[in-house]
Amino acid sequence: MAFLELKGVEKYYGPVHAIKGIDLSIEKGEFVVFVGPSGCGKSTLLRMIAGLEPINGGSLWLDGREITKLASSKRDLAMVFQSYALYPHMTVADNMSFALRLANVDKGIIREKVQRAAEILNLAKYLERTPKELSGGQRQRVAIGRAIVRAPKCFLFDEPLSNLDAALRGQTRVEITKLHRELGATTIYVTHDQVEAMTMADRVVVLRDGAIEQVGTPLALYDKPANTFVAQFIGQPQMNVIDTAKLPNAFGAGATTDGFIGVRPEHVFVKPAGESGLSGKVEVVESLGLDTIIYTQVGEVQMVSRQNKRTALRPGDAVALDIAPTAIHRFDRQGRALAA
Amino acid sequence: MNHLSLIVRTIVAWLVTLTIVFPLIWLFLTAFKTELQAIAVPPELIFTPTLENFHEVQARSDYLLYARNSLITSVLSTVIGLALAAPAAYSMAFFRTKKTKDLLMWMLSTKMMPAVGALVPVYVIAQTAGMLDSLTGLTIVFTLSNLPIMVWMLYSGFKEIPPDILEAARMDGAGVWGEFVHVIRPLATGTLASTGLLCLVLSWNEAFWALNLSSANAGTLATLIASYSSPEGLFWAKLSCASLMAIAPIIVLGWFSQKQLVQGLTFGAVK
Amino acid sequence: MNRLLPRLLFAPAVVSLFLWMIVPLVMTLYFSTVHYNLMQPGEKTFVGWENFAYFATDPDFAVSIVNTLVLLGSVIAITVVFGIALALLINEPFPGRGIVRVLLISPFFVMPTANALLWKHMMMNPIYGILAQVWIFFGSTPVDWLTDHPLFSVIVMVSWQWLPFACLIFITSLQSLDRDQMEAAGMDGANPLQKFWFLTLPHLGRSIAVVVMIEMIFLLSVFAEIYTTTGGGPGNESTNLAFLIFKQALMNFDVGVASAGALFAVILANIAAVFLIRMIGKNLDK
Repeated sequence: MAFLELKGVEKYYGPVHAIKGIDLSIEKGEFVVFVGPSGCGKSTLLRMIAGLEPINGGSLWLDGREITKLASSKRDLAMVFQSYALYPHMTVADNMSFALRLANVDKGIIREKVQRAAEILNLAKYLERTPKELSGGQRQRVAIGRAIVRAPKCFLFDEPLSNLDAALRGQTRVEITKLHRELGATTIYVTHDQVEAMTMADRVVVLRDGAIEQVGTPLALYDKPANTFVAQFIGQPQMNVIDTAKLPNAFGAGATTDGFIGVRPEHVFVKPAGESGLSGKVEVVESLGLDTIIYTQVGEVQMVSRQNKRTALRPGDAVALDIAPTAIHRFDRQGRALAA
Repeated sequence: MNHLSLIVRTIVAWLVTLTIVFPLIWLFLTAFKTELQAIAVPPELIFTPTLENFHEVQARSDYLLYARNSLITSVLSTVIGLALAAPAAYSMAFFRTKKTKDLLMWMLSTKMMPAVGALVPVYVIAQTAGMLDSLTGLTIVFTLSNLPIMVWMLYSGFKEIPPDILEAARMDGAGVWGEFVHVIRPLATGTLASTGLLCLVLSWNEAFWALNLSSANAGTLATLIASYSSPEGLFWAKLSCASLMAIAPIIVLGWFSQKQLVQGLTFGAVK
Repeated sequence: MNRLLPRLLFAPAVVSLFLWMIVPLVMTLYFSTVHYNLMQPGEKTFVGWENFAYFATDPDFAVSIVNTLVLLGSVIAITVVFGIALALLINEPFPGRGIVRVLLISPFFVMPTANALLWKHMMMNPIYGILAQVWIFFGSTPVDWLTDHPLFSVIVMVSWQWLPFACLIFITSLQSLDRDQMEAAGMDGANPLQKFWFLTLPHLGRSIAVVVMIEMIFLLSVFAEIYTTTGGGPGNESTNLAFLIFKQALMNFDVGVASAGALFAVILANIAAVFLIRMIGKNLDK
């Protein structure tokens, strides 16, 4: 059995089937990201693992022991909350040592552990401050420190970066990744941001409506999405997913299949009008410096392309879109990926 | 233009305020006058203050007795009230059920019944139980009168504790008792203090039950002041002094509990 | 354990309040149907509706109802109108605003009997009172307020006491007024009066409702002021429902009739309470 195992885990809110039979195996030391749109159940699932929400069906196993009905306080899991949930009336040091104090650990050992965690997180200078005297980024580090000090079996992160501003978010993302490498701790990380998922995870679990859409390494999800949902969720800008009925002969052999065609923007090459490819008209050009994104109207369909060259094209220009056949993903009418 | 309107507003606001508060200011001044100065016509604004009234009023044994009664009934009703209200509010805030809201509403509704509606039965019960003119009787009535407001205020205060801090405590290994001791109690002291303060103010000022259920033995300052209403003798200055001593502490306490007052007395209907 | 603990915790408070509510209510219902005089405690004879009839046909009854309504209506009108005016005045910052706010709340914390005495002797006394001095200053004869205009005097006292309460509530409400909305209206060409009528007043609507209902409930029991100053008189000119009940119970010792009157008061209060409860309930859901 894996280190953390979910077997057929279910949850109901009254008649609503919120979490639908989740099976998942997580190995020791893995950094697993739960990602998905709002309301997909990722936070609920995390809270069920933490013990903050009851599990209505199935079982949860940690390190060989079943913990399905065990109280949160006894699961040996640490959670970093989205709002940090620091104890406002305690100093940073007290916040971080709270769990150990509750467990009556020797004071000397507590001091040592807190000091070590504080040094790793650059909080050593702030140990005697209270949360309201700290900045958002510092508070977040205290929340992480509180979890590290406990050296739990598994870390649970609930959208920890969403309350930080953009600059801090990028920086902290890197810090968390480095921390994971240093500590080697099993981690489950919940986010709605697919960039965080792609950059931080060993494996990504894509969730929708309480069920798993796909599990795999970030690049596996990128290159071989199991369905149109995953295909469009991962990757920025979104993959172009086109109903074959709208452009029946556009994609060469195999285009007669009924369903959808998917192609990533970086595999759509914008050529001058008249060259081989789909003919269309430029709608919008977005020049981001490094990348240039071009929105082209082809018949009824809008296609997005991305290139790292600057362009002289302007809205209204006629162009031809060239697509490499090897870059085409095929999906059936239900959105499931077809074998290449 | 803006500057002018600021000046106008400031002057008007201060004039209006001073007019409204004038009776209290006059009371304050009169307490420091001699009796002759107090009844001077036209009234004296400048005078040399004297403390003789304060000495005389306090020398009266009934004043001290009544002040003591006010203190005892206010403090006791606050303490007992908190002891009853705090667990109830705690239970409703942290062990919420579908019926919690109805329970709270019902509690509040008991405060909405006019005191006069219960006057007769309470008087009869007090009489039968020998609790007329007793501090016990008054304390019980004060406590019950203020209980709904106290439960309500404590409930609101408890609800302001962010639930995820409690979850964090749970993850850190705290059981129900641990949550209470380490998180709720430290964070709720402010609410407890302000609720207690409000109850103190309401009990001290309580006049309806005090007037009807007490007299020579258990009378509070509220009743003592009422008894000064018959115009025997000219003791405006002493009257003012006695009134001032009775109301001053509460006005000061009231200044500190303004916000809680709005919350408490409007049952939170205004945000 | 999970079910028991919460119930144990709120049991004492709930039981106490339940008794506090039920016992007087049941007793009042019972008393209202019997002839019971506190001077003759042994005798309790069942008289059915007689007490209600007696109370309702008491010449003082109609007067007391009118007085109660006049008192209620006047105090509410005065506190709401002047409360809003005051709140608007001190809503924007100006030098000394903190002190002003603290001073303004003071009348509310004066105990009702001291309030009554203050007005009776300091202000309204026709010889030494401040109002008398002011009247003399302007060359007219002072008014004997409590004798000539007893109900009006009581209204003044009670309004003075409750004005700060209303003002404080309106200030709180004004603070949540959306500034952006005001600015947008200004850019749309609204003048201050229009802004008040179309934006501020509707926003205050809810707190006005709350003030009206709260005052209706608490003002029904105005008692101490009347007891201390006019004793309900002269005659019955300043007797309200609460004082009438008191007169019957503790001056005539007629428990039966007083109880019948009390039920009238309870019904009146219930009407206001129903609306207030609904408002609070909506707020609790948020």
